[in-house]
Amino acid sequence: MTGYILRRAISLIFVLFAVLTVVFFLMNAIPGGPYQFGERGYSQEAMANILAKYGLDKPVTERYVNYLGDIVRLDFGKSTAVPGNPPVTELIAQVWPVTLHVGLYTILVSFGLGLVMGIVAAYYRNSWVDNTVTFVAALGITIPSFIIATWLLLIFGFQNGWGRSHTVIIGPVVEGGFPILAWDYFLPVITYALAPLALVARYTRSSVADAMSADYIRTARAKGLTERTIMSRHVMRNALIPMVTVLLPQIPNLLTGSLFIEVVYGIPGLGKFFVTSIFNRDYPMIMALALLIAALWGLTYLITDVLYTLIDPRIRVGSSAGSA
Amino acid sequence: MSNQDNALEGETYSSSRPVSLGEEQILRRSLWMDTVRRFRRNRLAMVGLFIITLFLVLALFADVITPYKYDHVDFSIVHLLPFKDPAHPLGADAVGRDYLTRLIYGARTSLFVGLSVPLITFTIGIVLGTLAGYRGGVTDFIIQRVIEVATALPPLIFALILLSIAGPGIGNVILVLSLTGWIEAARLTRAQFLTMREKEFVTAARALGATDRDIIFSHVLPNAFSPLLIAFTFAVPLVIFSEAGLSFLGLGIAEPTASWGKMVGGSIGSTIRVYYHLPLFPTILVALTMLGFSFVGDGLQEALDVTRS
Repeated sequence: MTGYILRRAISLIFVLFAVLTVVFFLMNAIPGGPYQFGERGYSQEAMANILAKYGLDKPVTERYVNYLGDIVRLDFGKSTAVPGNPPVTELIAQVWPVTLHVGLYTILVSFGLGLVMGIVAAYYRNSWVDNTVTFVAALGITIPSFIIATWLLLIFGFQNGWGRSHTVIIGPVVEGGFPILAWDYFLPVITYALAPLALVARYTRSSVADAMSADYIRTARAKGLTERTIMSRHVMRNALIPMVTVLLPQIPNLLTGSLFIEVVYGIPGLGKFFVTSIFNRDYPMIMALALLIAALWGLTYLITDVLYTLIDPRIRVGSSAGSA
Repeated sequence: MSNQDNALEGETYSSSRPVSLGEEQILRRSLWMDTVRRFRRNRLAMVGLFIITLFLVLALFADVITPYKYDHVDFSIVHLLPFKDPAHPLGADAVGRDYLTRLIYGARTSLFVGLSVPLITFTIGIVLGTLAGYRGGVTDFIIQRVIEVATALPPLIFALILLSIAGPGIGNVILVLSLTGWIEAARLTRAQFLTMREKEFVTAARALGATDRDIIFSHVLPNAFSPLLIAFTFAVPLVIFSEAGLSFLGLGIAEPTASWGKMVGGSIGSTIRVYYHLPLFPTILVALTMLGFSFVGDGLQEALDVTRS
């Protein structure tokens, strides 16, 4: 197991390195840089000064090697677009908590509600409850979030306090170290939760329904166990296993935020910042955010695979890789 | 390899061919007729098919249907609300372009991107997936590593970075979405080859002296057709969503080409309450298109799944 985790970690580092290289050279593949795009009309000397300040006057390969050296020392450089050129890590530390708050509420709402809806739908299969859940799930999966966000804005956006159009700034609300649910979060969380909720509900429904039609459930019924014991001890335990692989990978998505929802609702989080950085060609920022997202994704998949073996001892991930 | 081997190979091949071809044709026709029958009984799928057909007709004949040109600007109707002027039933946008015209041309953009990108990605994906799944070994290893790196970032983030480099425009959107979209098809094709490579009918074909090309093109790929077709149908709404999303953020389709996503993105602002028609109509159309393709995808999946019925 340890060997397996180690191998996966090494392969994750390799992937991160590849992402870094690809994104770095792609961004430097075209002529021009962050300062040649605005029509600011710098003089030649000013331009040379600026380029020298950010080390952009050096050839690409040299910059790449320098950047690699910096990354190893965990120095992700300074933003080239944000006034005052603060370090990238500082900026991320500022905006990420906002996204994390929205993301955590979204996880709570979508997983909590999704599980309940899925179980209820599976238990009352082919009833109107089931049909409603299936329909809502289909809508949540097919209709893009920015469309739902727009509709919600049209319906609720200007009625009262919450979601005061897209210009409102939502800051993290923390009381006594614990984030509290603020009304401003309501619309973004609802919008954001809909897609994962639909996914959770759909997978829970099918995997609970599968488990319920298994032979050992009939045996349990025949033994005279109560419905509650059957559902909690026998059905749920077996139904949860296949869901781990599908649902856990949703989490990094939710923790890095949705570009669309943050743009529509004007949430100053990671996603909106990413879009701004892209428009400003803030290379160090784009690089750092890409690496952060890739690392989170990779880690989640690693954890998913490990958890899978822990929940279900029948699966041995290490064995197939061990023989190779 | 002696001459005798070759002669034998040729003989078995030619003698078995007419019989197998005939059987295959009968089988295929009935299978497809079954599929069509099952599909037509599915009400949601037929609704989806109707929506898609309607939008396809609108997109194809946009020039004939629309009374105005898509970039025709009339400053007297700037921000005209819908249902006020019969000449412009759905109002006009912020620079005075007839909104109904823009919406119809938006269908063209949406469907053009939505259909061309999967065509490209499935071509790339099937080729790479076949190489990886059939060849195995070093080829498989390399392709697998490329896939691993390409999936390290969410496709949309990757597309955003690429598009910020390439710049906006319909060609660039198609290019960027194709670069990020081939993975699903490649994975699927590879998996199909891995499972079918060891199946009896492939072994039998090989024993009869079928070449690699025969096995790939007349044995494995036809059998992989159903899952690939289903994946293709589901890829279309995803691409439509990606195009709308990228345009919504201002990085996708460039002016003056009409794009539903861009029409929504440009209208999200302080005036959304007054000029409600600007975000409302395009969002409804995007949602309808995506639902249409999903319904058809679901219907196809059910209709093609022979084991279930």
